[in-house]
Amino acid sequence: METRGIRPPPGRRRPGELKGQPMQREFEKELDAIKATVLTMAGLVEKSLDDANRALTGRDSNLARAVIAADEEIDRYEVEIDRMVSEFIVRHQPAATDLRFVVVAIKLGPELERVADHAVNIARRVLDLNERPLLKPLIDLPRMLNLARAMVSDAIAAYVRRDAAAAREIIARDDDVDDLYLQLFRELISFMIEDPHTITRAIDLLFVARFAERIADQATNISEEVVYLVEGIPIRHQPFESGRPAGEGPE
Amino acid sequence: MSTTRPFEQTQAAPAGPAPGVISVRNLNFYYGDHQVLFDNTLDIAPRSVTAIIGPSGCGKSTHIRVYNRIYEMYRDQRCTGEVLLDGENLLDPSLDLIELRRRVGMIFQAPTPFPMSVFENVAYGLRLHYTLSRSELMDRVEDALRGAALWDEVKDKLHQPGTALSGGQQQRLCIARALAVEPEVLLMDEPTSAVDPVGTAKIEELVRMLTSRLTVVIVTHNMQQAARISDVTAFFFEGRIVEVGQTTKMFTNPANKQTEDYITGRFG
Repeated sequence: METRGIRPPPGRRRPGELKGQPMQREFEKELDAIKATVLTMAGLVEKSLDDANRALTGRDSNLARAVIAADEEIDRYEVEIDRMVSEFIVRHQPAATDLRFVVVAIKLGPELERVADHAVNIARRVLDLNERPLLKPLIDLPRMLNLARAMVSDAIAAYVRRDAAAAREIIARDDDVDDLYLQLFRELISFMIEDPHTITRAIDLLFVARFAERIADQATNISEEVVYLVEGIPIRHQPFESGRPAGEGPE
Repeated sequence: MSTTRPFEQTQAAPAGPAPGVISVRNLNFYYGDHQVLFDNTLDIAPRSVTAIIGPSGCGKSTHIRVYNRIYEMYRDQRCTGEVLLDGENLLDPSLDLIELRRRVGMIFQAPTPFPMSVFENVAYGLRLHYTLSRSELMDRVEDALRGAALWDEVKDKLHQPGTALSGGQQQRLCIARALAVEPEVLLMDEPTSAVDPVGTAKIEELVRMLTSRLTVVIVTHNMQQAARISDVTAFFFEGRIVEVGQTTKMFTNPANKQTEDYITGRFG
């Protein structure tokens, strides 16, 4: 194996090493390959989010269509992660951190895939919105999308670094996105009450806001998985300590 | 002398705590001047399976060999500390060793059938410990073979040599021989390392069944086996017990870095 490190002389151990095998095993190469695939998928998802946001703010229908077209490849990555993890489990019967790592990888696939689906949903709304004049200048909506997108990127970075503290900090940021969503929700409702002609456009914007809010939820889910990966403790479905209004925000 | 059929006995709800509680306290073991176990302390719940895992030479087998004092058959081997079975110190020199080894049975890595018939292999221990009529002996041999999930396979060849059975069957014959004398504890030292996958699966299933009536302590190099069949896992390294915990916890989220490294195959 080319990646094999320098072996200590027979019968001798390196300092701090327990009967160690310095070579990188097939096992670890496969773990690295799974991680690389998750990261490649995450990169494509982040690009879709950026493109969806730019299509919205730049009223760019071509870019919106590109986001829709890119989804197929992202879906294939989800299937590929499933395959790699299944084969890894069959071959190696992982335990402890390795087990949690692959369990989390197989859960990140669908989370990322859903983020990409939301980007597609936004792109579809952009195509609708572009057929009519803008209802209002877009300020909070791109901001919300940027916050949600940053949560996704940071959650993936926390996964790579196995950083539970960073993951918990990302989870806390979900409230900011929810607050913005509520604010936009009220604002768009008032538009619709004042002038029913705005309803179609307001509803499109409201959907975009809802998708951004769901993207932040998905980033929260990813962050929760990172905490499980690092600490081995599931933190999903724990009661929230923040004062989120009942019935709003993440389920 | 007991003439009750052992496995009928267990049908009745036992009064008080189930027997087979093991408490190892500050166990140290020496081969001559060479110390191989250091201050082992371990509590084993009755009617459970405890797996002992660890790299070769870490003292796993030595540790369980203390429980029935089989080490005393060898010169220059000694230990200090206590092994309590239901509160009684098994290391008490006044203890009757024959009786101790009836209460604490042992299964070895390679099957060790006696060079005699299947029937005689099981009857041997019964004759040693009990005075039984021929029909009682027949019944108890059958019970033990059924208890070891072997009866259906050997009922028509009871008088053939035990050594003519397959490896897995021989191992279950040894388990039947141990069960016949109603042990409270069964020690198993790598019991499936010489057995094929089908035989291994049967023995593993049997081990799970046995917990309805006794306490099992199993030494194994097969991590998946430990994960499949045990309730509690103890990880040994260089003669010390590094970590003990619920098996599911040990294999998903061990507390100790050395345990983690061992069960993920990073050393050992």
